[in-house]
This record gives sequence, structure tokens and C-alpha cells, in this order.
Amino acid sequence: MERIPILRIGEMLLVSIQVDLQDHTALMLQDDLSNRIVETGAKGVLIDISALEIVDSFIGRMISTTAAVSRVLDAETVVVGMQPAVAITLVELGLTLSGVRTALDVDRGLRMLRDSVEFPVVERGVTPDDGRAD
Amino acid sequence: MSPQPDHQWIDLLRENEDEVIAAWTAAAEASLAGRMTGSDLANDIREIYNGLLAGEGAETDIRSSVYDGLRALLNDLGRTRARQGFSPTEAATSIFALKQVVLDLLGRRGDLAAYRAFANLSIIVDDLGLYMLETYANARETVIAQQAETLLELSTPVVKLWDNIVALPLVGTLDSARTQVVMEALLQALVDTGSEHAIIDITGVPAVDTQVAQHLLKTVQAARLLGAECIVSGIRPQIAQTVVALGIEFGDIHTKANLSDAMLLAMRRSGLDIVGRS
Repeated sequence: MERIPILRIGEMLLVSIQVDLQDHTALMLQDDLSNRIVETGAKGVLIDISALEIVDSFIGRMISTTAAVSRVLDAETVVVGMQPAVAITLVELGLTLSGVRTALDVDRGLRMLRDSVEFPVVERGVTPDDGRAD
Repeated sequence: MSPQPDHQWIDLLRENEDEVIAAWTAAAEASLAGRMTGSDLANDIREIYNGLLAGEGAETDIRSSVYDGLRALLNDLGRTRARQGFSPTEAATSIFALKQVVLDLLGRRGDLAAYRAFANLSIIVDDLGLYMLETYANARETVIAQQAETLLELSTPVVKLWDNIVALPLVGTLDSARTQVVMEALLQALVDTGSEHAIIDITGVPAVDTQVAQHLLKTVQAARLLGAECIVSGIRPQIAQTVVALGIEFGDIHTKANLSDAMLLAMRRSGLDIVGRS
């Protein structure tokens, strides 16, 4: 059975869905992701669905619940790279993923998370305001 | 239809074949006002004539299998006439002209039985004319549908206003089919250009009712799913009043009176300011 990999980038987790999601894969992902958030104490989650070309109401709801679960675990979630066809399908299905943040690509999603998530622990040598301190 | 169909009209046509075809062609040609060459028309007419005789006069129902060839021919003619831009009357006259021709022929003979025969022929000719009109209308509808499709594609340009900002000036009525095309074009443009702001300008939309508003909302929601924000601009005073009167909720979608205000807002949101030179 294939599993969706969950990669850790600093304080964030990156979930990159590169295959068309089967129902059981999606359920497993939700399970894995919530476990990983608790394990790593991640503050942000990026879900990249740029390779996802087909969604149905179930997968649409899974994306929405996965994001909701992450938020409950105090990790800001951003869904990135949605295909136009997928967006249209979700809207037609009445799933507007309200409360889920979205971005055009991973890069913008990362920036969005960096801007909104307050990382409590700052590494030594880096000032919080990006070294511009006088 | 009389219980004992009179087949005399077929003999009448056979006896005067050349005269009938010549007179028929002339009558049809006059109605088409020189927009078709005489020889093409004469060919068409001769084919119809042959198809008509194929039934041996025994069959007055043009749906019967003896007239298969004739119907195929009329299908073809109806379609061609529609493409060539002839009016329904002009198209049908090439069939109906036969009646006048035969009537003239009968008048010279002064024979009562022959008139009865003509009545039978008349039924067939009318049916033929109507059948051709039907295919003519179908072909016309196809042409109209094609044109509507072309218009649909023409009317959805997505223009780039600035880095990160695209605009979609909508002109004309928004129905479901069009919204679908517009939505796809806008979302694709957002992805292709990597823009985070879209301005939907509805200055050219004549009326906004609940359905149009619903379509706009869907487009905005779909853009949001991609990670882009939409601003709706170009709302005229009457439209604002209708929207409120109909109780349409635009929710948290930003609306602006004109495109320039919308562009300013989009620029500000992407961290840009327009400053005058001092």
C-alpha cells in the first residue's frame, strides 16, 4: 500500500501528494499527519496538491478535515498548488474549504507560514527581525 | 389521401420530362436571384425529379423507403442552402416551383382527371418542401450554435495589469456555460502567471441577478482555493441598487466602483504604493 511521504522542514511539515489519492491512502495520510505533528511539534503544515488532478467529494472533504485536524493540533495549515480543474470541481461540489488557507505554490505557502507562525525558539545567531537590528 | 390513389401525375411528368425540368429550373432560378448558376440548379432539379419518379407514383408518404434517395438529397440541399445563406422561402421555392409548372401543363390540357392527379402530386410536393425546410432549420441551428461557441471564446480575455495582478473584463450576459469558460480562463491565468490578485470587472455586464451573482461567487471561491484573492469592480449605481434589492450577499468579497480603485487595492495588498513625483 502506498503512503504519502511527510517531510520535515524545520518547524514545518511538507506533505506532497504526487499520486491520485485513493480513499484509503487519504485516510492513512490523515492518521500519519496527525501523529507526525504531535511527534515533531510542528507549527506549520504545507499540503502540496499540485499533482492532484482528480478529486471527488470524499477527497475534497478529506483535505478539509486534514487541515482542520492540523489546526486543532496547533499547526497552521496551507493547501498549495491546487489545479484550476480541481478548484472548479470543489466549488461545484460546494466544498469551499472555508478556514483552510491556500497559496499558489510551495514557495508562497512557505512564506505565508513564516509570516504568520510565531516560532517560539529562535536559533542562536539569528535575531528575530532578520538581522536588521542596529 | 384518396382510397384509390391516382398515379396519373407520374405519366404526366414522364411525357413532358424535358419541358417540366426546364420550366422548373427557370422558376427556381428566378427565386434565387442569380445567386446560383443555372447548370448547378438544373442538376439539383434533375436529381429531385429522378428521386420523385423512383416512387413510381404509388407512394404518397415521403417517409417510405422508395424515397430514401430523395430524402438524402433534400437533406443535402437543405444544409447547403442554409450554409449559402438563402432564406427559407428561397430554399423551399425550388421545390414548390414544380407545382406551378405542372399546373400550367394541365391548364393547357384541360383534363379533369389530370387535375385529380395533380392534387396527389401536390401532397407529395408539399411534404418534400416541408422536409427540406426542416433540414434547413436544423443546419441553421448548427451554424448559430457554432457562432455562440466562437463568441464564448472571444469574450474571455484575461489581461495582466501588473506583476501579481490580472484583470478579467467581462462583457455581455453571464450564464452558466459562459461562467464555466470564464472561470477556467481566469484560474488558468492565475496559475500560469503566478498572480495572487485578480480583478473581475463587470462594467460590461448589463444586469446582475441572483444567478449572475452566484456565478461570480463561485469564481471567487475557486480562485481562493488556488490561493488568489479576487476583487469585483465596475459595479454601476443601478447594479448596486439591484444587488441590494435582491438581497444578494457578496460576503467578504471586496467590491469597488471602478477598475482603478480595484487596481489600487490590489497593489496595496501586494505591498506596492503609487507615489506622485514631487
